[in-house]
Formats: sequence, structure tokens, C-alpha cells
Amino acid sequence: MDAIFLQVLNGLDKGSAYALIALGLTLIFGTLGVVNFAHGALFMLGAFCAVITRKILTLSQITLDPVRTNFLGKPLEIRTPYVELWWGDFGTWMIDYSVLLAILFAIPVMALIGIIMERGLIKHFYNRPHADQILVTFGLAIVLQEIIKAFFGANPIPQPAPASMSGGLDIGVLFGFAEYAVIYPYWRIVYFIFAAVVISGVFAFLRYTTFGMVVRAGMADRETVSMLGINIDRRFTIMFGLAAAVTGVAGVMYTPIVPPNYHMGMDFLVLCFVVVVVGGMGSLPGAVLAGFMLGILESFSAMNEVKAILPGIDQIIIYLVAMIVLLVRPRGLMGRKGVMEE
Amino acid sequence: MISKLKNNDKLLMIVFAILVLAGPIILAPFGAGYPDLLQRFAIFGILAVGYNILFGLTGYLSFGHAAFLGVGSYSTVWMFKLLTMNIIPGIILAVIMSGLFALLIGFITLRRSGIYFSILTLAFAQMSYSLAYSVLTPITNGETGLQLSLADARVLDPVNTSGSIPSTNLFGLEMNDTWRTTILGMDFQFNVGFYVSAFILIGMFYLSIRIFRSPFGLMLRAIKSNQNRLIYTGINTRPYTLAAFVISGMYAGLAGGLLASMDPLAGAERMQWTESGSIILMVILGGTGTLLGPVLGAGVIKYFEAIFSRINENVLHAWFDILPGFMENAMVWIVLPFVGKGWQLTLGLVFMLVVIFLPGGLMEGATRIGNWVMKLKNRGSADSTKTSAKTSAKSSDE
Repeated sequence: MDAIFLQVLNGLDKGSAYALIALGLTLIFGTLGVVNFAHGALFMLGAFCAVITRKILTLSQITLDPVRTNFLGKPLEIRTPYVELWWGDFGTWMIDYSVLLAILFAIPVMALIGIIMERGLIKHFYNRPHADQILVTFGLAIVLQEIIKAFFGANPIPQPAPASMSGGLDIGVLFGFAEYAVIYPYWRIVYFIFAAVVISGVFAFLRYTTFGMVVRAGMADRETVSMLGINIDRRFTIMFGLAAAVTGVAGVMYTPIVPPNYHMGMDFLVLCFVVVVVGGMGSLPGAVLAGFMLGILESFSAMNEVKAILPGIDQIIIYLVAMIVLLVRPRGLMGRKGVMEE
Repeated sequence: MISKLKNNDKLLMIVFAILVLAGPIILAPFGAGYPDLLQRFAIFGILAVGYNILFGLTGYLSFGHAAFLGVGSYSTVWMFKLLTMNIIPGIILAVIMSGLFALLIGFITLRRSGIYFSILTLAFAQMSYSLAYSVLTPITNGETGLQLSLADARVLDPVNTSGSIPSTNLFGLEMNDTWRTTILGMDFQFNVGFYVSAFILIGMFYLSIRIFRSPFGLMLRAIKSNQNRLIYTGINTRPYTLAAFVISGMYAGLAGGLLASMDPLAGAERMQWTESGSIILMVILGGTGTLLGPVLGAGVIKYFEAIFSRINENVLHAWFDILPGFMENAMVWIVLPFVGKGWQLTLGLVFMLVVIFLPGGLMEGATRIGNWVMKLKNRGSADSTKTSAKTSAKSSDE
């Protein structure tokens, strides 16, 4: 029983990442009708926003230790980050919480990148076939990840979680299991709560603001909305920026779980397309639901008991589910009628 | 065989065959005349021609062809291990296995079209890739890749006493045999493996011309331009798309088998979906739906891959030597990220530029330049002859 509970928890954090990325992907697809293969690269860029923030915060003044020497016999270098020099304890706190500060950095940066991408490139592809959209964004994804590789190298760069959130919580006790049976890292709880907040934020934004209402109307019938004298293109551009920001912060928060490297975007991209397709193209609740569902399914299939019966199932379960869903329910779990039906 | 073609195609076929067979001579001055690269030209040419039959004719964008390439490689290496080092059984098995695999995948994925098809094939390719790395390790040898060893059975071959692994051959002609000669200070290398691949490429190119010109090819084009209308007229399009998918999968398997024949090892990284992306790249760059384009695209990409990857900082410094010091360093600093290990970046950029500005690829570019030259000529005024001479020089450069 506790094993099952643990797997559900494990699935939740992976599912949160899937849901966040798939949400961004669906926002772009639902509003602009563009299949964005560069979306994984946006996730990766978000993760590297965290890396950059930490690099900036830990820029250090180097002083030489007068007494001690290193193994080469030279004076030992003492690195003191400037922020600590300037602000003392507050600086230490800033470095400790660099991941959370990176969110503040990532939101404007990613939104800007998204808007530039839409205005500069994707705008010209609205009237081109989907194959062209796929290809050009695929090319963009390669370019973005190679740029990151050129600057940061090919190796993963580990990012620590804040010290106060790096331990594990014996969450099993809260639910009446034995002590030490189900231990769950704090950061994953944070990630899950964060994802829940962001997702509900996006939904509330679309549901309860005038802007969101117009965007939803535009998703349903773009022509009519623009005939009413509303500049729907501008709103869609902003939605693209929003989607990029959502994906970016998903990447930022994911860095303490998996150290970011330049091709993490490609790895996530395929999975997230599968998630979107399973949820139903253009359906936001579908994307979120499918994200969590597939995340949990994936962690269940990684259990040893399951692998004993079906070896290797954990590697392919998501694709298998996607195939079955697409063949049995072509529209996906919650797909709307008339969206991308060929 | 050639008499079944129309005159234009006959000419194309003959010119193509001559160009391919003379490859080692033509490409030697460009620094591309060495066997390894020539073999890759021919093999990836086959791959691109095959992919074009699916994507160029039916418009179905498959991200799964790397899987067929991998299946082909694995089957061939297994034949080398079990039966004989002769490449014939290996290649035949590669084609059959990838055909069966394509039949299975196509049967499922072709129920959907458009981007759903792309994503389904993507899912299948990723699935085969993951499986090759994990559960199928007894067949694929996981991360190490499938390699030959002395202990392999090779039941048809005579007992091996030499103590080294025999090389792949075609009835005794060894694939890595190279006949070298030097004419006018130029080094020419005629490699058996290249000529085997080249003859197969020519055969496959002929097959692709025949498919393009056949009623079957016409039907595939009809599917691309308007599948719904075909369905409404009462035609079941599935068998046609499935046939195209299987044929192009078999081409990929053949290419995989040939790759393994030239260098007998097979690894799972060949099956990753980004590999499929690079196949698409070749076809797009050359010109989707044209006969010659894919071969051209494959050649251009493999050529620049080989050239660009070799350039390093020292080479760049030598290039920009004539510039003053600070400009030399600046130029090196600008160019360096795009060459050597940064080749992928250049590739991605070129790919984007081609999709944005030249969706028809190099073939469309050639046509455009040709039309432009014709227009200038037709104007017939005296001063235009000068410019047209310039442009024709330019077009021949490209």
C-alpha cells in the first residue's frame, strides 16, 4: 500500500512538469494553431535562466589567503560572492534561494523570448502547412540548444535547492503509514504546489478576466472576434509570451530535480507532444489531466513488481498509452470537436 | 530497362549514373574523394530518395525513419555474426525486416494523418529507441552497440584461422578494398564499398523514377493534394499510403544495412528521433518531391558535415591570416561557434533559412535562378548580356 502511495507521489512531480509544458504547448496551439517543436527548447531556456541567475549571484571577489596554501603550494583562493560582501546575510540568503529568484528573472526574459519568437518567426507561418511549421520550429529548437551548448558546454550543471527545502518529509506518517516508509523530498512538494498554483493561475486568468474572455473567444472563432474590431493578433502574441513564460518557469523549478543540460528540451518535447495529443489538441484541461495521468502511470510502471511481469514497460508506457488513445479516441481525452481533425 | 522511361528521364538517369560512378574523380578536387565520405554520400542518398517517396509524394511527415535505419543495421550485423561476412544475406534481411517493421508501424500510424501521424511515428521511433537500449539488449547489445567478435558462428564461411575478424565482402571483394592512383598530383581512391553502394543507389534512383511516373505515384500525389476528395470519390487511400510507407521504410532499411556493411557495427543512437530529423533535413534542403533533390541534399549535408567538422581554430587563423591582428581574432571569434563542434548550429540555421525562404530546397533555387537568367536573356538588350553572363557564372557556382 505504501509503495503504491509513494509511486503516486513520484508521479505527481513528473506529472506537474508534463502538465506545465503541455499547458504552454496547448496554449500556443489553441490560440495560434501552430505546432511548436521549439517548445522543449523553451523549457530548456527556462532551466538555463536558473543557471544564469545562480552564476550572476555567485560572481565572486577572489582574495588570496595569507596563511593557507592549496595542494600546489600556491596561496589558497578565497571566493566571496559580491552579494555577500555588499549585503551580508541577505546576500547569503539570495544565493541559497537562487532558484526562486530565478523565477523573477525568467518570467520577463521568457515572455520576451516568446514574443520575439512569435513576431519574428512564427507569424510568417500561419498560412503555411503544418509540416512547414513543424520543420521551422524543429530547426529553431536545434539552433537554440546548440547556442546553449556553445555557452554552457555539454555537461549537466547541477543546481541545489534552497537548504531549507533540500531534505525529505516523512509524508507517510501524515497519512497513517509506518515511520520512514514514505519519505518525499521537500522540493518535489514545492514543485507540485508551484505547478498547481501556476496552472490554476492560468485557468483563472482565462476564465475571470476580460482579456482571457477575449482570448477564449478568439480560440473559438478568430475571424468573428477580429471582425468585432478587436486586435486578436496582439492578444495571441501576448498569449504566446505567457505560454513561453509558463514553460520557462517550469524549467526553472525543475533544475533542482534534474540538472539541466542542453538537450533536456528535446527529451521532454516528445513526451509533451504525446501528453498534448492524449489530452486532446487544443484542450487546456485535457493537457493538464493527461500530464498528471501519464506522469503517475510512468512512475507506476517503474515499480519492480510491474517490470517483473512486463520488462521494459517503464520505457514505453507513455508512447503505448498515446497510441491506444489516438487509435481508440482520435480526439484525445478531452479534445474539442473540429480542432485539427484531418 | 531504360527504354521504359521517357526521353527526359532517360537523360536524367544516364547523367545521374555517370555522375555517381565518376564520384571519386569529380569530388577528389573538393577534398571529398576519400572512401568513407563517398560511401556516406551514396548511402544517405538512398535514404533520402526513399524518404522522398513518402514525404515528397504523399506529404506524410514521418519522424520514425531512423528506426528503420536502425532495424536494417541490426539485422545486417546479425547476419554477419551468424551466417557469413558476404553482405548479400545481410542486406536482404535488412530490407525484409525493415519492410515488416514498416508494415506494422504504418498499419497503426497511417490511421491518422497530418501532425497526428508525425507524432505517432515519433512515438514509435522513441519507443524502439528506448527498447533497443533497455529490454532488447540481448539483440541490440544496449549502449555498447552490436559488434562482431571472433567467437561468432558464421556458419557459411570457412573456418577463420587468421585470428582477426574477417572484413565484410561481396563474393570475395572486400568492402574496404581501395584502388588508389595519382594523376597530375591528385589522389584518386576507387573503393569497392562505394561502388557497391553507388550501383545500389543508381538502381534505387531508377526505381524511384519509375514510382514517380507510375499511376501509383500519381495516386500518391493525389493523396497529397486532396485526400478528402479521393475518399469522397470512393477510393480507399490507406493501401496506397501504406505501400508508400513500407517502400520508403525498406529504402531506409537498405541504407541501414549498407551502413552496417561498410562499418560492421550497429548502435541504438542511430534510431534516435533527431536522426529522423536529419533525414528530413536532407530531403528538404535538396527539394521535396523532386527526383534529384534528395540525393543532392544528402550529398551537400554530408559534405559540409565532413568539411565543417574538421575546421578548428588553427585552420581559421590560417584563413584570416591576411587580415590585421585584431580583425583576424574577431573573425575567428565570430566564425568559430559555427564550425567544428558547432556544425549542428550551422545546420539548424541553414535548415531554418531553407524552410523560411526556399521551401522547395536547392532544386527550387536552381529553377528560380534559371528563370531569372532566361528572363534577362529574353529582354535581349545589349547591356543585359553582361549581367546574364555574371548570373550564369553564379548559377554554375552553385
